[in-house]
Amino acid sequence: MDAYITKIKEISERLLKDGTVEAVIGFRQGTVPTMSEPCMIKRSDDVKDLVWDSNCRINLCNYLTNRKEKLAIVAKGCDSRNIVTHIIENKIKRDQLFIIGVPCKGMNDKNTGELQDNCGTCTHRNPVIYDELVGDLVEEQTDVDKYADVKKVEALSSDEKWNFFNDLYSSCTRCHACRNACPLCYCPTCFVDESKPQWVGKADDAVDIRTYHFLRAYHCAGRCTDCGSCEAACPQNIKVRQMTKKLEKDCSELYGWEAGLTLDERPPLDTFKVDDREDFIK
Amino acid sequence: MKVINIDKEKWASGVESLTSTYRLFGPVKEDDSHNFKELKKGELPDLAYGNSKLSPKSAVFPPSEAMFTYSLDEKNENHHILNDVKKDYSPRAVLGIRPCDAKAVSLVRMNFDTKEYRDPYWMDAFEATTFVGLACDNPCSTCFCTSTGCGPFSEEGLDVLLVENGNAYIAKALTAKGEKLMDAAGFKTAGDDSAIAAKKAAAEAKITASIETDKLSEKVIMDLYDAPIWDDISFSCINCCTCTYACPTCWCFDIQDENKGLSGVRMRNWDSCMTPLFTMHGSGHNPRSQKKQRVRQRFMHKLKYFLDKYQKGIMCVGCGRCVQQCPVNIDIRTVSKKMNDYVAAS
Ligand code: SF4
Ligand code: SF4
Ligand code: SF4
Ligand code: SF4
Ligand code: SF4
Repeated sequence: MDAYITKIKEISERLLKDGTVEAVIGFRQGTVPTMSEPCMIKRSDDVKDLVWDSNCRINLCNYLTNRKEKLAIVAKGCDSRNIVTHIIENKIKRDQLFIIGVPCKGMNDKNTGELQDNCGTCTHRNPVIYDELVGDLVEEQTDVDKYADVKKVEALSSDEKWNFFNDLYSSCTRCHACRNACPLCYCPTCFVDESKPQWVGKADDAVDIRTYHFLRAYHCAGRCTDCGSCEAACPQNIKVRQMTKKLEKDCSELYGWEAGLTLDERPPLDTFKVDDREDFIK
Repeated sequence: MKVINIDKEKWASGVESLTSTYRLFGPVKEDDSHNFKELKKGELPDLAYGNSKLSPKSAVFPPSEAMFTYSLDEKNENHHILNDVKKDYSPRAVLGIRPCDAKAVSLVRMNFDTKEYRDPYWMDAFEATTFVGLACDNPCSTCFCTSTGCGPFSEEGLDVLLVENGNAYIAKALTAKGEKLMDAAGFKTAGDDSAIAAKKAAAEAKITASIETDKLSEKVIMDLYDAPIWDDISFSCINCCTCTYACPTCWCFDIQDENKGLSGVRMRNWDSCMTPLFTMHGSGHNPRSQKKQRVRQRFMHKLKYFLDKYQKGIMCVGCGRCVQQCPVNIDIRTVSKKMNDYVAAS
């Protein structure tokens, strides 16, 4: 980590000094032990504020949406995959970016201090797209069972599933931190905030809460990188990835697709092919 | 003020006696955190808690509350007429509220109980409530109540203050409401509050975090508003409602009509100045369309507008919830320091 941050600072200082970028998006020291704060550094004198540690869990791609200036961004494996998705979806241009790639060994859970759940099963720790790396590539995890928890839910009966998701979301306050921490959720007005027409009620009704979570997950299908930013953001510690991961698994099984690995192919749900399989439509 | 000694062994039966006259609310452990809930029959508040995840404001200000019902069916004689929703404002008690959260209730009251307006829902619930506080012997690392005009043994906003003392609670019944509750619980043994001063000093000494606000009142509003600090402060904010929903002093709400077929309910729901929808006008214009404007609003409201308007300190009691829960670690103490230190170029 120490070597990483030295390198991050070095690259950032160089880029700011020579005018390659107007600003660097990274993390700075937090005020509580388990947190680091996303920040934007504009002056080369301020690169000293940058940090890199196991609390850099929020996905920084979130801060790129619709920006116009030239930027450098510090990107772990997952951030880089969301950057790919952002580029494909025209939320940022590749030539606007200088990607400082960080080979990642996982972030820590903000509550337990242990390896974050999604990091334990991550198979793309190395950035998939970058301009410069801050260290040697790390070994990718191979024999992980990414979907053990999803399979457990799949094995439940319909009633049990209903209860499972009811319980899962029971403490949700609809603060929408999960949505807002997600780089994919960039709609100018989210369907839950729309008032004409009003798609969902805005009170604390369990049906409306479920609707929010189900629909958000579907909007992320084929785009979600399982970066865990949503789950890390939730103040109620709700395992919101239980739903997004199911769709990630479906996309992998149905289309052989993993989000954010290439700039050359569009995600399965925004393309049409005449030879698409359709045997899963019942 | 009356001092009463409550033997911990008698606590459960006392709480049980209260259930005949009061609806009880208290901290309940759910998964890994506590929240204030209405206690079920036989359920005791879990007084071994640090601080609840959400503040107890929901006991008087629920996240969602029905105000009126109406019918849109023109065949119905009373169509398009709002009917009050009957509410239960029988006596209720919040057991084990922390002193910071109780002070927050009195700050919120300044907004809901003014010369011009009395918010009937909040005020009726407030007046029905007896607040039984629990002094903090072990403040959390993020608590900074001693620098917000409050403290771990503060009595403001409380009807009773409980101080844990070995096998007993020393109860200070601070108001008539508080004495009535103590009577109803059968807690009558006269006590001695001489142990409190030392415990209070010990608890206060444990609080090392603080917020700097001493120069805020002399600042010019527009200087702070235009200060070049807000871009940096707001950069990381994701504009969720974590901080404002968790905060005991945030009082904002939204009014929504929810229709199902031809009948409907007019609800009021917690709202938050962090969302764009909060200030969206019917015309489509949004005076706070940018994140920076919204973040500035939150801190200016808490640390400047409120301070200037009421002259009763800042609109923050130092509970530390927003500090602990903000997904990107925006810290009101850091922001306050930046505001406090800011000197406008002349
Ligand atoms: S849904 Fe969650 S895990 Fe998926 S990309 Fe968004 S923040 Fe990351
Ligand atoms: S972050 Fe958590 S509490 Fe907030 S809306 Fe998402 S699931 Fe609900
Ligand atoms: S602003 Fe933060 S610390 Fe202050 S009362 Fe609200 S939640 Fe607590
Ligand atoms: S800080 Fe925002 S949500 Fe809280 S009371 Fe003020 S305006 Fe309302
Ligand atoms: S300050 Fe933190 S908790 Fe509040 S809206 Fe911004 S990101 Fe959410």
